[in-house]
Amino acid sequence: MAYSRASAAVHAPQPAAVERSPGYWSNVWRRLRRDPVAMAAGSLILLLILMAVLAPWITPADPFHASMLRRLRPIGTPGYPLGSDELGRDLLSRLMLGARLSLFMGITPVIAAFVLGSALGVIAGYAGGMANTVIMRTVDVFYAFPSVLLAIALSGTLGAGIFNALVSLTIVFVPQIARVAESVTTQVRRSDYVDAARASGARSWTIVRVHVLSNVLGPIFVYATSLISVSMILASGLSFLGLGVRPPEPEWGLMLNTLRTAIYTQPWVAALPGVMIFVTSISFNLLSDGLRSAMEVKE
Amino acid sequence: MTHPDPAGAPPLLRLRDVRVAFGGGGKTVQALSGVDLDVRRGEAVALIGESGSGKSVTLRTLMRLHPPRHTRVEGEIRIEGQDVLAMSARQLAALRGPVVSMVFQEPLLALDPVYPIGNQIVEMIRRHEAIDAKAARARALSLFERVRIPSPQRRLEAYPHELSGGMRQRAMIALALACQPRLLLADEPTTALDATVQIQILLLLRELQRELQLAIVFVTHDIGAAAEIADRVAVMYGGRIVEQGSMAQLLQAPRHPYTIALLKSRAHGALRKGERLDTIAGSPPDLAALPPGCAFADRCTLALPACRERVPGLESLSADHAVRCLRADQTIGAIP
Amino acid sequence: MSATVLPAHADVGGPAQPLLSVRGLVKHFPLKQAPWQRRGGTAVRAVDGVDFEVLKGETLGVVGESGCGKSTTARLVMQLLAQDRGELVFDGLTVGSHRLSLREFRRQAQMVFQDSYSSLNPRMTIEDSVAFAPTVHGVPRAQAVTAARELLERVGLQPQRFAGRYPHELSGGQRQRVNIARALALRPRLVILDEAVSALDKSVEAQVLNLLLDLKAAFGLTYLFISHDLNVVQYISDRVMVMYLGEVVELGPVQAVFHRPMHPYTQALLRSMPSMDPAQRTEAAPLAGDPPNPIDPPPGCRFHTRCAHARAICRQQAPELRRHGPHAVRCLIHQPESGYAASEALT
Repeated sequence: MAYSRASAAVHAPQPAAVERSPGYWSNVWRRLRRDPVAMAAGSLILLLILMAVLAPWITPADPFHASMLRRLRPIGTPGYPLGSDELGRDLLSRLMLGARLSLFMGITPVIAAFVLGSALGVIAGYAGGMANTVIMRTVDVFYAFPSVLLAIALSGTLGAGIFNALVSLTIVFVPQIARVAESVTTQVRRSDYVDAARASGARSWTIVRVHVLSNVLGPIFVYATSLISVSMILASGLSFLGLGVRPPEPEWGLMLNTLRTAIYTQPWVAALPGVMIFVTSISFNLLSDGLRSAMEVKE
Repeated sequence: MTHPDPAGAPPLLRLRDVRVAFGGGGKTVQALSGVDLDVRRGEAVALIGESGSGKSVTLRTLMRLHPPRHTRVEGEIRIEGQDVLAMSARQLAALRGPVVSMVFQEPLLALDPVYPIGNQIVEMIRRHEAIDAKAARARALSLFERVRIPSPQRRLEAYPHELSGGMRQRAMIALALACQPRLLLADEPTTALDATVQIQILLLLRELQRELQLAIVFVTHDIGAAAEIADRVAVMYGGRIVEQGSMAQLLQAPRHPYTIALLKSRAHGALRKGERLDTIAGSPPDLAALPPGCAFADRCTLALPACRERVPGLESLSADHAVRCLRADQTIGAIP
Repeated sequence: MSATVLPAHADVGGPAQPLLSVRGLVKHFPLKQAPWQRRGGTAVRAVDGVDFEVLKGETLGVVGESGCGKSTTARLVMQLLAQDRGELVFDGLTVGSHRLSLREFRRQAQMVFQDSYSSLNPRMTIEDSVAFAPTVHGVPRAQAVTAARELLERVGLQPQRFAGRYPHELSGGQRQRVNIARALALRPRLVILDEAVSALDKSVEAQVLNLLLDLKAAFGLTYLFISHDLNVVQYISDRVMVMYLGEVVELGPVQAVFHRPMHPYTQALLRSMPSMDPAQRTEAAPLAGDPPNPIDPPPGCRFHTRCAHARAICRQQAPELRRHGPHAVRCLIHQPESGYAASEALT
């Protein structure tokens, strides 16, 4: 047919390699690298994660070794560089080991909620109509509760313990992520390139997989990273209330609880777990902000 | 090229060797590379060009609308004899509105969506003149009548999104005229409008030009629209004016290769069926890396090595026709 | 060569059969109104009974102003929107029937959109965007990419330079070429161009128009060319269709419509084109007011409220689209039995 005649005109041998532009994420990484604040925050987080992973091997003392004689020592005591807690355990070692659970409980629910929430939101956003209404209005019911109360209520119902705390935190974050996912998906759904894909006969699942996800997961991811700090604080709160981690496991929020009464006698020591929570949360937030700026710029 | 006013008075608007560069992010973009232009009172001048030619930048520079931090402006800009580039913020505020005002391409973006149009006009008037709200409102009403908005009283209380496209553009013109400026800058005001509405707006502008002795600088990429309204036209390319003259001169006897190529590439019904359009090879110059010579040389069929060495000066071919081209002698009679 | 990547489409009906027949197309968009806001209309009657045919190998131009329904018509033809009533017949087969499934129809009809940037997935390279549609229809990826590169070459973009790039790195004209390549990847027979050159600079527009003419000849395409630019439509079309408020008001060979327009709206539209002669400028606007809103169309003939020739009967009776040879018009003036001549003029 006519097409073969046209193709015959293109007789050049297969040319040399095609120039490839750096992909979207390479450009994001390049921009992120030039952002000093985001880089500093990112490095700090990496250090904390490293510390958490290596904790069992690098703590100076045994985090569980109690000593009734050496309770609530101040910062700078020989053998207890950051002091000791109400049971005489080395605070520095407990903080280092505590990073494990605190970070774990901060990041895991967000990852789980990212997967679940994105799935719900993308389906609702792409399908529209009744499916959208059913999914989003159900999500709204959960969204209506303040996160702290919802976390506490769910944890209280499920019972104390790490796993239950993770489940309840995940449920708290799914609606928020689902909302963002639905909003972004709806926007992308309306764009001409999705129409062009529909017009070429592609099925919905193919379009979602090829066109929608690549454009939608980025913004959702950025939003999710901003939830990590919230998750850490909520997890600490749950542990504080006795609903999450149980003693003697070190976890920053739980440590804040047990050191509560020491505020009057050793305020600096009592505040240290709080400082760790603060520093980690801020770092995640700054990194998330930097990521958002790096992703926003359209060249 | 200067246009001596018959009365001997200096032109309303004078641009001399205006250069504008945008910096930031390491790259400097030379948006304008030496623009000379005169506009007399009551004269309509069209600036024609494509994306990147510098026509919109010229307009915005006249009112100093660019953020000062990343913009470098050199040269001379005089409106009614006053040096615009040396003005303080307060002097600029006094200039914008009563002396010069601007009409944009998309009224929905240029008008505040949360206030009724009437309020916006009244606010503009009262900012520059000490009259009370009632008198200002009456003036707004008469402005709406002047721009021929039907049911003006009702429309004064409408929000921008409640008006149709043509009426919004009329409302924007009314807003621009609120303080009786002498110079109206129009940045592609009819590009987004339907054909039947476009001709109405062009006629309105022409009428206002006549009645109010309004000088108009009309930026467009549509030569047809320019032909309906402009007395004189300047063609821009690569941040410079490459040809200037009366509308008739430019349409019937253009001399710059770019102008000729532009006119020839227009689709129109007189072409034979299936006849291909004359296109201009290549692509517009990179304003961050302008060549030392004529910016059009790489795409010009008449280019000589001399063209690439230095920028040609603006040469007068006749009293009202000037061309920036070393090869202008080769282009006589290009448009039959 | 890539000629047999996808099987060529068979010409079912022969040269006399119109490639596309649109019959009685209706699309209303219901308005979401609160009960106290009911303002007379309950729906935007975007397309209100449109009939036309596109003949094999021709370019049918479609002109009209805001609210006329030309873009909605394009989307209905592509089935990106489902019509309320009406049917599409492609080469004699009803679209959506068991003889011509929607998926198969979509292989044969493609569209190029106005906004070149939003028509391309910003996260996909150019060659991936062009290769996507064939992979959907079962072509192995490697072959699809090779074919995509050949198409890019065909539309004037060197594959080495452009295939691996992203949309934001290209200019408007280059992106539109990519969109054209994408539309051709499935070897369609009908290509709908919805204001495809409107957003481009004039010199780039000329290049793309030349490309469209070349491709049409090389691939035996049929075009439905929608535009508000009357000059371009006159240049490129064989026949022209004029739309107003959701209806076709005139349809005929391009020279007939442009030089001997029969409908008063067409006449006004053509007179609105700038004169290009500074010595003879337009002195009066041919049409007052703005194109009306399709929410509440006037009774009878929809154009009568702005028509210089309107008479009382025009308010009562809606004209039908009547053929006078190859030239069809929807106007009572050309329907002598309607009583137009005897009716009084509207003041």
